[in-house]
Amino acid sequence: MSSEREMTDSEPDTEAWKNESLPIDKLDFEAELMAIAPEQTNTSVRHARAPATTVERLRVEDVSVFYGGTPAVKGVSLSIHKGEVLALIGPSGCGKTTLLRTLNRLTELTHNASHSGQILLDGDDTHELVDTELRARVSMVFQQPNPFPMSIFDNVAFALREQSRRRPRRRELEPLVNQALQRAGLYEEVRGDLDRSALRLSGGQQQRLCIARAIAQEPEILLMDEPCSALDPRSTSVIEDLILQLREDLAIVIVTHNLQQARRIADRVAFMYLGDLVELGDTEQIFTAPRDEQTREYIAGVFG
Amino acid sequence: MASAEQVSASRLAPPPRRRRGRRAPLRSWRLRDQILFVLTWTAGIALCAVLTAVLVFFAVQGIEYLRPSLLVTHPSASVTQSGSGGFLDAIEGTVLLGAIGLLIAVPVGVVTAVWVVEFGRPRWLGRIVESTVEIIAGTPDIVIAIFGLAFFQLGFFSFLSFREPGGAFGRSFLTAGVMMSFLAIPAIYTATRNGLLATPRQMREASYALGKTRIATIRRVVLPAVRRDIATGSTLGLARIIGDTAIVILLLGATLRLQSAGSFGFLSGTGSTLTSYIFNNSPAGDGNAPQKAYAAAAILLLLVVGLNWAVGRVGRIGGPPLHQPSRRLGA
Repeated sequence: MSSEREMTDSEPDTEAWKNESLPIDKLDFEAELMAIAPEQTNTSVRHARAPATTVERLRVEDVSVFYGGTPAVKGVSLSIHKGEVLALIGPSGCGKTTLLRTLNRLTELTHNASHSGQILLDGDDTHELVDTELRARVSMVFQQPNPFPMSIFDNVAFALREQSRRRPRRRELEPLVNQALQRAGLYEEVRGDLDRSALRLSGGQQQRLCIARAIAQEPEILLMDEPCSALDPRSTSVIEDLILQLREDLAIVIVTHNLQQARRIADRVAFMYLGDLVELGDTEQIFTAPRDEQTREYIAGVFG
Repeated sequence: MASAEQVSASRLAPPPRRRRGRRAPLRSWRLRDQILFVLTWTAGIALCAVLTAVLVFFAVQGIEYLRPSLLVTHPSASVTQSGSGGFLDAIEGTVLLGAIGLLIAVPVGVVTAVWVVEFGRPRWLGRIVESTVEIIAGTPDIVIAIFGLAFFQLGFFSFLSFREPGGAFGRSFLTAGVMMSFLAIPAIYTATRNGLLATPRQMREASYALGKTRIATIRRVVLPAVRRDIATGSTLGLARIIGDTAIVILLLGATLRLQSAGSFGFLSGTGSTLTSYIFNNSPAGDGNAPQKAYAAAAILLLLVVGLNWAVGRVGRIGGPPLHQPSRRLGA
């Protein structure tokens, strides 16, 4: 499809890396900042919409990701809690998509990608989990709506159909499919016509179908890679509402280029720049009182 | 969403009729561009004219010589035109050979394409497979035919035809079908491979991201996505099979009627197809009954045109194209 986007988004900005010479002490400072970041958010006033209880679902410990020899993500540590939306923001090539794809080990599909550090899902090292099991628990929605070329029903049922075992009957799957479509806010628009090709849906509907597909097998964490960037404003707002509803049951990590969107839907925001996690904090704090100069400049639009 | 957009659009006045703005006149073009412009039109029209001439010629011949009885009567050896019967056996032979050829070529072509695109490692092996298919595609059918004859006359393969002193007879629907599949494999392979390459990476990733294995992804997502390409390739391959003469003459025996032999009945027996029937009845062949050749040619042409039409239809069934261009809505 668009190789252009792949280059700008999934791959690190190699040129910028070559030009950048980060002083050692700066890196140390940032490591410190990252180490204390989660504690800070616990003490700071939480987002008004966020639920009170926080169960830690995913813990990222000092994770670095390299493409070939080039670092794309440098020593990032953070944690993701049940019932919250964490937004990853930052300019193109800052490693936020790479970090997101590392969370469910999709970076392993890139041949020259390697990584260090640990990612724990409910205390278990994700690399000890079978990849298919991990990805069933940490599901993903992509930037471009990517429904499979099959019916709406089959798209949602796809994740539910067990591999290499008895294929469940349609009657057994129907309630689960309908429920997923309802949760994704698509059911009313497509009911009675679930056998229609998913490719006939509009872009916004396709993206909600992808969300339904991703939540059908009740994942614990939903990763979203700029889910609205290919959509019109109306579809975007539908999906944003949806994210706020889904937050009740899952943890959501969303990469976005759209700062306003991050402000609208996120409970916490992580700002990344050139592979570093520069600042992580409560949404209001990041947008109104950023501690880091780079964050302040990015928010203010000095660079982007 | 789209429906809401349509509603708001319908409230407005209907869009004005499309008007073409003024464009640069042909006279102002560079001479080279003018010449090329004229050449492209000439070439296109000339090609259409030749094709139309062929179609009209056989339509006229067909109407003149084709009788429904020709389609349903067996051919027989006779010196008189009225006694030599129709070409039912030739039609049966064409259908049978096409079926056998596709039955072999579709799995082989599809599996090869899947391996090359989805796995293709080690790289050198993938490259060898690629160029092998290209070489097969470029090999003249007569070469394939004579290789097949030499190959299937080995005693080991006598079960495909029947045993003869010093080896096997080598000529049968089965042996001809195997070699025919080589004509169809490149078309099926190429169409499938192109379909696989055009399948967006995101579609595969979506499947992996739902926790599916690579095999499940290929089977449940990738292959269904390219089934239209497989159908297109198969139809093109089938057209090559039913249009081929050399393999029929060398490997099918080109006998007037279907003749059972060996252990699989008519499958291990000989026969003829429309192409060999045309050849035998043309002024160059033994039969020398050009009228019947024209009638058979009209039927064959009808089949090929019908298949081409089917290729176009296959490309449209079941909704919008599967490798849809990325759909960008709004901002």
